[in-house]
Amino acid sequence: MAETDTLVDRSKDLSQPLDRLSADERLKLASNYLRGTIATGLLDRITGAVPADDTRLMKIHGMYQQDDRDLRDERRRQKLEPAYRFMIRVRLPGGVCTPGQWLKLDALARAHGGGTLRLTTRQTFQFHWVLKEDVRAAIQGLHEVLLDTIAACGDVSRNVMCAADPEDSALHAELFAAAQEVSARYLPQTRAYHEIWYGEEKVAGSVDEEPFYGATYLPRKFKIGFVAPPSNDIDVYTQDLGFIAIGGPDGLEGFNVAIGGGMGRTDNEPATYPRLAEVIGYIPKDRLVATTGAVMSVQRDYGNRLERNRARFKYTIDDKGLDWIKAEIEARLGAPFEPARPFRFDSNGDRFGWRETGSGRSSCTLFVESGRLSNRPGRAVLDGMRAIAQVHRGSIRVTPNQNLVVAGVEPGDRPAIEALLAEHGLAADGLSGIRRNSIACVALPTCGLAMAEAERYLPDILGRIEALLAAHDLIDEDITFRISGCPNGCSRPYVAEIALTGRAPGKYNLYLGGGFHGERLARMVRENVGESEILALLEELLGRFARERRPAERLGDFAERSQFLSGADPHPGSQP
Amino acid sequence: MTARALFPVDTLSLEQRRLLEALTGSVTPEQARWISGYFAGLEAGIARLADGGALPSGPLPSTRTLTILHGGETGNCAALALSVAAAASAQGVSAEAFDMAGYKPRRLKEEQDLLVIVSTHGEGDPPQPALDFFEYVEGAKAPKLPELRYSVLALGDSSYEHYCEAGKRLDRRLEALGATRLAPRADCDVDFDETAAQWSAEALALIAAQAGAGREVPAPADPAFPAATAHDKRNPFEARILENIPIVGRDSTKETRHIELDIADSGLVYEPGDALGVIARNDPALVAALIEASGLSGDSPLSVKGESTTLAQALESHFEIALTPPRFLDHWAGLTGAAPLLRLSGDDDGKAERLAWLRGHHIIDIVRRFPLPGLDAETFVAGLRPLQPRLYSLSSSLSAMPDEAHITLAPVRYQLHGEARHGVASAHLADRGQAGGTLPVYVQPNEQFRLPEDDKAMIMIGAGTGIAPYRAFLQEREARGSTGRSWLFFGERNFRSDFLYQTEWQAWLKDGLLGRMDVAFSRDRGGRAYVQDRMIERSADLFAWLEEGATLYLCGDAARMAPDVHETLISIVASEGGLERQGAEGYVRELQRSRRYQRDVY
Ligand code: SRM
Ligand SMILES: Cc1cc2nc3c(=O)[nH]c(=O)nc-3n(C[C@H](O)[C@H](O)[C@H](O)COP(=O)(O)OP(=O)(O)OC[C@H]3O[C@@H](n4cnc5c(N)ncnc54)[C@H](O)[C@@H]3O)c2cc1C
Ligand SMILES: Cc1cc2nc3c(=O)[nH]c(=O)nc-3n(C[C@H](O)[C@H](O)[C@H](O)COP(=O)(O)O)c2cc1C
Ligand code: SF4
Repeated sequence: MAETDTLVDRSKDLSQPLDRLSADERLKLASNYLRGTIATGLLDRITGAVPADDTRLMKIHGMYQQDDRDLRDERRRQKLEPAYRFMIRVRLPGGVCTPGQWLKLDALARAHGGGTLRLTTRQTFQFHWVLKEDVRAAIQGLHEVLLDTIAACGDVSRNVMCAADPEDSALHAELFAAAQEVSARYLPQTRAYHEIWYGEEKVAGSVDEEPFYGATYLPRKFKIGFVAPPSNDIDVYTQDLGFIAIGGPDGLEGFNVAIGGGMGRTDNEPATYPRLAEVIGYIPKDRLVATTGAVMSVQRDYGNRLERNRARFKYTIDDKGLDWIKAEIEARLGAPFEPARPFRFDSNGDRFGWRETGSGRSSCTLFVESGRLSNRPGRAVLDGMRAIAQVHRGSIRVTPNQNLVVAGVEPGDRPAIEALLAEHGLAADGLSGIRRNSIACVALPTCGLAMAEAERYLPDILGRIEALLAAHDLIDEDITFRISGCPNGCSRPYVAEIALTGRAPGKYNLYLGGGFHGERLARMVRENVGESEILALLEELLGRFARERRPAERLGDFAERSQFLSGADPHPGSQP
Repeated sequence: MTARALFPVDTLSLEQRRLLEALTGSVTPEQARWISGYFAGLEAGIARLADGGALPSGPLPSTRTLTILHGGETGNCAALALSVAAAASAQGVSAEAFDMAGYKPRRLKEEQDLLVIVSTHGEGDPPQPALDFFEYVEGAKAPKLPELRYSVLALGDSSYEHYCEAGKRLDRRLEALGATRLAPRADCDVDFDETAAQWSAEALALIAAQAGAGREVPAPADPAFPAATAHDKRNPFEARILENIPIVGRDSTKETRHIELDIADSGLVYEPGDALGVIARNDPALVAALIEASGLSGDSPLSVKGESTTLAQALESHFEIALTPPRFLDHWAGLTGAAPLLRLSGDDDGKAERLAWLRGHHIIDIVRRFPLPGLDAETFVAGLRPLQPRLYSLSSSLSAMPDEAHITLAPVRYQLHGEARHGVASAHLADRGQAGGTLPVYVQPNEQFRLPEDDKAMIMIGAGTGIAPYRAFLQEREARGSTGRSWLFFGERNFRSDFLYQTEWQAWLKDGLLGRMDVAFSRDRGGRAYVQDRMIERSADLFAWLEEGATLYLCGDAARMAPDVHETLISIVASEGGLERQGAEGYVRELQRSRRYQRDVY
């Protein structure tokens, strides 16, 4: 490394004096390995909130302070503080849980989470609406079934994704094992979590250490995912570090390594932009952990710690240059990458319904609208899944598209499960092609950054778009649609064929032309517009698509090819 | 130097002390020397003050102040405010920058030069943190601002329909309030730096040009010595209702309301601890029901206290028609000769039984159950008592809210004989007291419930609306810059919905005016608690405060809370002070005697 150092600008990384680093960096350092004043803040009876600094630290513990934004204004007038609640995000590498764990999640959601569970785009669960005084109980409940929330949020390696692979191939077993290994290997080591949430004694004389992260952890969140072609369900190009499984006659052989993906952008800040990851080479599977460490350590040491909005790995790469970064990684690995192996993706969506998975077992992929599990009249999703978990003996998987796979169903259990699916209206039949391929982020009322609706708006806007599709006989056409309540892009909108990102109540930026399997960024065609303008433009696009498309041509590809997007410039950072 | 340093506390009235403190706070050393010289010329000076001569105004160094107010959500305005402040001081103009979120809008009256930097959010809305500020400035309570000179910098994003709307609104409003626009408003798009720089340069140049020029010391407004008010029970003041809103959150089991009244030019003066008398009227629906039950006609003529009126009017505004006074029981028993009534009425044994029965049988219940054919209006009302005013602790302080009187109402509603019933004033205020309307009120002074001296500690205990006077106490202490420690115990049902004035206590805790606060909620999942439980948890400190001379206040429910708290207090004194029960009772009695234990319970 030494010789590469001399060539590279270090004026914004960890090597800088403390007082130059951003407030978040100083906070992490001063927090005594993420303890801060969290424990005392929980005892304060005057407020349902915790001190501002602690809310930042608690992210790495996997929880977010939020407030019910529907009530904000009303409560302000009533001279009451906002209706503070906590969002708790479970760490669930690869999105796989047991029926037993499911039943616990269900019980906790009913007891502390306002009777609802949220499936996330990184394959895990979120509780919303948890009161300050109930957070401990929720965390301890998870502990009982060997689940935790450590590093589910914050400046660390986040929930590691893994292809949901309903086919249940032998490859999936290996991939999932790899995801779990990487996740475990790069967990924070601080005891703070155990002390604060489990009430464990501080081990006398023990000193916390973060052998890998150090006291300031990473400059920003870091996202790792494993994908199994031809499905790109995890959207590998949006990960900071993506591993594309390359299999051979006898299972997994190694990975193509992709780095530098990310969605987040901020309106009116050109220095921020979505960026697709680039494949930099191939590694045999036995180098997986070493490679992960090398890549993350480069971001740890060279990532921007002065400007948080430029701290993601994608910007480190653009600032230092991909070649330099690759060389630095190889230097740390002590070996060059092998040339990338060929692979092919065909979709980033889920395939619904039943399929045989060998040895008599089968799996069923269920559509969960915008990932929300609750009991609404007529659609008792939560009850339905609880009933299934009570009979099911395989596993339950969360897909990267916020759906569920009931996997490894024993032949004997299938009739019972089929009956329950029907009874609770969980079977995904009769859905339009666009609904099957839709994602909405949470947004209002819980997300503190939301500028417009997403989850709550998805069903309506899709209904109106479906009307247009039907008119052009496109209702069964698979089209990816993603909506986010703000430009942060939690629904990975910038790789969708049609996407909306919120600007203000009822106002969105409209993006078109993303690649059907996540290989190309969409482009902004309208800024800050309302529904009527959005529908008008889609009507025009769909009309032309129906008339002028080539055989089997995807909507996104058509939008790119036709002059439809002329004028809309590609995102900075998008692939040539 | 403070006024108290100059004068023994009792030689000046509160008002005078306040004025003097305000003045001493505002003058420069030279001015101070001049004033002391002025008073030194005793004969002449005092004489001239007596016949109302104000301080002569001579050329003095500039006293003009520049304030920079910013309001935003994403930090742009805040950042700009800082650089403008820097630019100002670079030009020798001293400026103070405030976030609208923390700024007390009532201070606008004192401002002289004001630069506003505000962005627009939502769909042309003011930024969240500035909503309170906007509500005040655009509201009916905003003061005229003839002295104010201002200019607005509006941040926005031209891709929005309502471009810089919030800034435009403030600019318009300040002008409407009589302020003078120093420099024209500048609207900035997302690339605001240049426009902002130009605006700031222009505005500051104008301000700097003025500075240094001779200015006069603002002569104190003529002292509002507590003038005996003309208004009382008999002659209430028709106060305009400025605000009347529930201040408990959704799914509260309570209905507690915050009510603000405009008492400008009423001559009404009150001190923290006083109550507001409210002349309520009966619910017309109840009047109608009672008339129907009695078989009378609403417009049967009637003379009440010499005034001729109708039965309906009299029942609405002159008589208590809900609760049954024993008097009415006797009256009705006599008229109807009904055995059950006769048995209950008359001599005083069985009093308890009678009251219990009356509590369950209000006038209308009795009239319905024992009708009296051929009754006439005069006879009917002969058994009724005149309608009494209701009292409500004032929850505001005049020095913080000049011209306003706030109260905190917990409406009384209950079921009786399968019917929804409600208190007279409760229903009047909660159901018929919309903002914009008026309410006849007067001040009910309460010398028994008074703040301690500014430097003395106080412990305030209240449940439910019992917290109301403490809001007035803290507003007053804030306005006076009191240094005494304060500690508040508050109890209600649910933390999330019933924490009355929560954000105000939080702000006072933050700035230290309120040193400690302990809360107890009796209906929260996981542990019901009452104020006395918290007192016990804090026994040692509580007793220590008392030993150090703190004054203890108790306000609110007389039926249950007050006795429990009183008992708890005695046992704490006993345990912490190592006293026998008797000794502890004596200790507490002595506290009351020396007015260091004051109660306002109802
Ligand atoms: C739950 C979830 C959306 C969903 O509906 O599934 C989510 C929800 C939130 N995200 Fe996200 N993000 C979620 C996946 C993503 C993704 C997609 C992905 O990772 O594959 C992205 C884009 C990829 C990326 O990171 O670039 C994403 C980019 C962000 C960003 C922008 C980061 C950036 O680099 O600019 C923020 C804001 C931030 O971090 O400052 C954010 C912040 C948030 C917060 C925590 C808001 C906050 O910071 O206060 C949201 C909580 C809302 C709520 O009420 O629950 N979230 N977020 C997803 C949880 C994933 C998980 O289980 O860990
Ligand atoms: C000094 C002082 C300060 C006060 N401060 C406040 C304050 O700050 N805030 C506040 O809200 N109040 C305060 N009060 C109480 C207030 O004055 C009124 O008493 C209260 O609002 C009820 O008045 P009302 O006219 O609505 O009810 P009323 O018409 O007077 O009816 C109340 C009566 O209804 C009857 N009643 C109640 N429940 C039932 C039932 N279940 N069954 C049968 N009968 C029932 C009882 O006899 C009760 O006395 C204060 C009182 C005093 C004396
Ligand atoms: C959710 C949202 C809504 C907005 N709405 C408007 C608007 O209606 N009109 C406008 O002129 N600007 C609007 N803006 C732009 C902001 O006013 C602009 O970004 C400003 O620089 C923010 O300054 P601040 O960070 O001090 O709040 C909006 C910004 C956001 C984030
Ligand atoms: S995209 Fe924006 S609104 Fe949606 S969850 Fe993420 S941060 Fe919240």
